[in-house]
Amino acid sequence: MDKAVEPNSFKTGPDEEGMFGIFGGRFVAETLMPLILELQQAYDDAKNDPAFKAELRELSTNYAGRPSKLYYAEGLTRHVRQLAKDKGLDGGAKIYFKREDLNHTGSHKINNCLGQILLAKRMGKTRIIAETGAGQHGVASATVSARFGFPCVVYMGATDVERQAPNVFRMKLLGAEVKPVASGHGTLKDAMNEALRDWVSNVDDTYYLIGTAAGPHPYPELVRDFQSVIGEEARAQILEREGRLPDTIIAAVGGGSNAIGLFHPFLDDKSVEIIGVEAGGRGLDGEEHCASMSAGSPGVLHGNRTYLLQNKDGQILDGHSVSAGLDYPGVGPEHSWLRDTGRVSYVPILDDEALDAFQLTTRVEGIIPALESAHAIAQAVKIAPEMAQDKIMIVNLSGRGDKDVHTVGKLMGMEI
Amino acid sequence: MATRIDRKFAALKAEGRPALVTYFMGGDPDYETSLKIMKALPGSGSDIIELGVPFSDPMADGPAIQAAGLRALKKGMSLTKTLALAASFRESDNTTPIVLMGYYNPIYIYGVDRFLRDAVASGIDGLIIVDLPPEMDAELCIPAIKAGINFIRLATPTTDEKRLPKVLQNTSGFVYYVSMNGITGSALPDTSRVADAVKRIKQHTDLPVVVGFGVKTAEQAKVIGTAADGVVVGTAIVNAVANTIRPDGSLVADPAEAVATMVQGLSSGVRAVRLAAAE
Ligand SMILES: Cc1ncc(COP(=O)(O)O)c(C=O)c1O
Repeated sequence: MDKAVEPNSFKTGPDEEGMFGIFGGRFVAETLMPLILELQQAYDDAKNDPAFKAELRELSTNYAGRPSKLYYAEGLTRHVRQLAKDKGLDGGAKIYFKREDLNHTGSHKINNCLGQILLAKRMGKTRIIAETGAGQHGVASATVSARFGFPCVVYMGATDVERQAPNVFRMKLLGAEVKPVASGHGTLKDAMNEALRDWVSNVDDTYYLIGTAAGPHPYPELVRDFQSVIGEEARAQILEREGRLPDTIIAAVGGGSNAIGLFHPFLDDKSVEIIGVEAGGRGLDGEEHCASMSAGSPGVLHGNRTYLLQNKDGQILDGHSVSAGLDYPGVGPEHSWLRDTGRVSYVPILDDEALDAFQLTTRVEGIIPALESAHAIAQAVKIAPEMAQDKIMIVNLSGRGDKDVHTVGKLMGMEI
Repeated sequence: MATRIDRKFAALKAEGRPALVTYFMGGDPDYETSLKIMKALPGSGSDIIELGVPFSDPMADGPAIQAAGLRALKKGMSLTKTLALAASFRESDNTTPIVLMGYYNPIYIYGVDRFLRDAVASGIDGLIIVDLPPEMDAELCIPAIKAGINFIRLATPTTDEKRLPKVLQNTSGFVYYVSMNGITGSALPDTSRVADAVKRIKQHTDLPVVVGFGVKTAEQAKVIGTAADGVVVGTAIVNAVANTIRPDGSLVADPAEAVATMVQGLSSGVRAVRLAAAE
């Protein structure tokens, strides 16, 4: 693949057609086309409306608990310095966590949900639908629906319903209807297909609250904008704490919302190395991974062109990850473009490496990270020992891991 | 340049009746049987064939067509084999129009230029690609028109007056009015609303307007056919195939015969329109 042309700024996309280079776009059925045009109009209006911004800020602060903290992970830093020492090096970068796990509902997903529920309200919609993998987006959607008095239907793959049981119960408590989806492997891709089918069937009253920076334009753009608060805060916080920009920032990439939220405000800071971590599953050799940018090719799915796991006939593969939130064979289109331009590097982390990082973080930091976030931490632990001690790294701790204790317990051979 | 589709509609106009457009899934339940199904369609009264290309993630399809696509994929069906199916059909039928219906990704991966070359060579007359709205015309629609293939667009109840001209702009062959907002296999909507919608579309175009989604019986085909230039039947046919398959994959009856019987019935529905008009 040719390297895409390097632009003057990495922050200007998407263009009028919703494209980031060749990626993105609006590959949807005609039934949905008027709806996404309406959404785009509503979003453009909202963006320029001070009242919208003020309401979102109020909710972010007093409901979701923003700004989230930037925490110096001293225990993990000590650990990577010991790893360096063991290799006869005196390196070990200083690691910070951006604490999205401390948000209301326990992950970054609430940032996007608050923004979109205000849009839904503006547009006069009366019913919310969402797809979810790990259940974090489902919980966040159910939460804002409860807060604003909307009925909410959450589509969730049958496999995920099982492995993220605590979140299924939370959604039900919050008044949402959880609809298990049995097609495919019963994961996020299948949930998204079913949510789209619901949307086509209920166009008049329904708002589709997409949970990641994917789907047809304008979703990748608006989800990114609502999540960019992560990177904006982190950038200001590190400048205040350390008096300079970080050397490296790292986030896990499922559909890519927490990652683009952290990355976007740093894209034009040339000195900052940016790393997105994909689910390497059981290794990239077979089909049991979800590393669409490391091992996939461009294709069209769920309304946009992006890197996908697919066979040579253009059929989409199911993929695999121990982490339900990363178990998606595609990725948001802006990441595909950032990959091809070379601005961001995307690397895989295996299931086992993520599980190790999950346990390590729990023991040395007293923080149980989400399995998704554990992928980002694993990459930090991998490269930090090779970096000098005066280097600074920010890892997006996108969510807390309470939802994953059953899965991890099972893998450790424990009955919970 | 008149295409097979144009010629077919001209002939039907002379006959004074609407077209019966039949959708079936290529490769369901397997390649050979689906070729038999396809070959039996014209003789059973089908005027235009919609050949479904299976896709792993059919976002606009209901359970019946989803399942049909998965059955076909499991048996190794692909876009390449779907084109071969059409070519094989063309060896003995050079007049019945074939419209390929599916999703964009398999074509994108095949390569648009190569696909159009092979589609023309296989006797494909038109394309209905669900996830390519007019906003994406540069991808396939414009190249298809240049290659002499009709690009048939869906119009839906959400396609309002303002949007219709955009939807019709690069449409050729016919317009496919999807009679409801929903996925394939949903219930038939109120027929008077369908008639109004067809009238509305016809104010903007001279192309034939066919109506689909929800038609299952000869009686429905007759009612819809009275208001439109053609009736599309899909899920009912796909179900006729499914009903011949046991859970273990073995056959209870001949799928081609089941489809032929079903189509003969539907055909009596559209042919009754002419009789009614003649009275
Ligand atoms: C905690 C957490 N992190 C990350 C993700 C992955 O999604 P995204 O790539 O959109 O941030 C999820 C998705 O469920 C999640 O729950």
